[in-house]
Amino acid sequence: MSVLLIAEHNNKEVRPFTYNAITAASQINEDLHVLVLGHQADDVAKSLSEVPNVKKVIHVDNEIYENYIAENYTAAIIKHAESYSHIVSSANTFGKNLMPRIAALLDTSQVSDIIKVISEDTFLRPIYAGNAFATVKSNDKKKCVTIRPTSFDPADKSGGSAEITKSDPAEASSSTKFLKKEEVKSDRPELGTARIVISGGRGMQNGENFKLISDIADKLNAAIGASRAAVDAGYITNDHQVGQTGKVVVPDLYIAVGISGAIQHLAGMKESKVIVAINKDGEAPIFSVADYGLEADLFEALPQFLSELNKLNTIQK
Amino acid sequence: MKILVAVKRVIDYNVQIRVKEDGSGVVTDNVKMSTNPPDDNAIEEAVKIKEAGKAKEIVAITIGEEKAQETVRKALAVGADRGIHVKVDNVIEPLAVSKILKKIVEKENPDLVFMGKQAIDDDCNQTGQMLAALLNWPQATFASKIEVKNNALEVTREIDEGLETIEVNVPAIVTCDLRLNEPRYASLPNIMKAKKKPIEQLNASDLGVDINPRIEQIKVEEPPKRKAGIKVASVEELVQKLKNEAKVI
Repeated sequence: MSVLLIAEHNNKEVRPFTYNAITAASQINEDLHVLVLGHQADDVAKSLSEVPNVKKVIHVDNEIYENYIAENYTAAIIKHAESYSHIVSSANTFGKNLMPRIAALLDTSQVSDIIKVISEDTFLRPIYAGNAFATVKSNDKKKCVTIRPTSFDPADKSGGSAEITKSDPAEASSSTKFLKKEEVKSDRPELGTARIVISGGRGMQNGENFKLISDIADKLNAAIGASRAAVDAGYITNDHQVGQTGKVVVPDLYIAVGISGAIQHLAGMKESKVIVAINKDGEAPIFSVADYGLEADLFEALPQFLSELNKLNTIQK
Repeated sequence: MKILVAVKRVIDYNVQIRVKEDGSGVVTDNVKMSTNPPDDNAIEEAVKIKEAGKAKEIVAITIGEEKAQETVRKALAVGADRGIHVKVDNVIEPLAVSKILKKIVEKENPDLVFMGKQAIDDDCNQTGQMLAALLNWPQATFASKIEVKNNALEVTREIDEGLETIEVNVPAIVTCDLRLNEPRYASLPNIMKAKKKPIEQLNASDLGVDINPRIEQIKVEEPPKRKAGIKVASVEELVQKLKNEAKVI
């Protein structure tokens, strides 16, 4: 049987993690179909039909799918579920909100946040904030799986030409209403997919001091992250949080500044390829995962860091 | 309004997890246990709503072994009115938890069910959404702000792109984020008083739901360790290493 992947998009563009989820989904079974629920999202359906790994796109267009109302999405997905062995999505706030609602209606015990496909019923997933890895085998007939996007490379985006079929909407829920979305617009790369991430913690002391971080982020074309402590203290908005209950990032370079390195923060960044820690407390746990540790006062180190970067002839973008 | 709050007993968030040598799980013997952190936020929010005169009763429920009762007792000490403990001997999956909760909801008829968005042990992030599906109730997950309106809640949710605000009609399920509020500590007199509050005990096996595992845990292992790094003496050295050794800038 085939795999049905639920696409995440903003009605204009496919959200990047959908491509990572496509890679994992086609490792489960090559006959991968993608469901696009949206409003005037023809461009999204078209883009996905061009992904070589995608064999078929099912497109449902209705204004009730303009926003991700899990109740509305679920009703539509259940209508299609019968023909599939697996229903999958990315394990970000989109898929985390949606998939369990589908799984419960299918009487399936969901496998959350997989980081490896071992076979079509067996997966590797982190537990305890990534301090242990569990190999789990789903014995349900129909499987619901969410995929940690940063553990899989994004699929190729062009070269395919899958068939796009239109399908009818399901009933809308009358008990949930979308009111508004406050999206933080930024010209910087997205935190989840950036090649370089520089994050600040409680050591930044206030929101204004994040300027020291953003100056370097601009220079390196990096995304800006933060520890939970920094977000809780109001230094920066929640969409920047890296950690067990925030975002998981796996950049080529992760620079942790004024972050002590609580277990919950490490869960979100310790798979990064190269980790730098700048902290004045030499005993801070962040140094135990850092490839390069600098024991220094960040208020002296960051301006120096910027001026050293300015001296370089070239910087990889 | 009546609010049911589900709480889970987990390994304390500060404990360094150790994987058992035989690969069967993680060490839990003689390990400090406490309430799942966002479940504390769920209790706190229910208590605040009651203090604002918008709820009449708060019932705290836990599902687990005998000692799981401690989490209900703690909820009673910060303001829940009574407790329910559904006994199970083994670890059960979120689907089974949500089936048990559904039975309790049918018996208790709460207007709202609150719980943490995710348990920090299995990191599943499923139970609230599953319960909402089984009851056919609306769901508001990852809540960082809740406003009680007439027969509805306006909930601000933390999502990857920022914040989203939705309105859900009551009855509804809300899963709470850590930034929803600042959970209070129980005072000693309230801890003493909580000892007199009732906790009803039930056995999961008496509720007539299938709680058998659907997922086999084949093995649990330690994640690959990072190899030890070095300390650099200066910013200059750091930049040189990043440029010439790690080749990432």
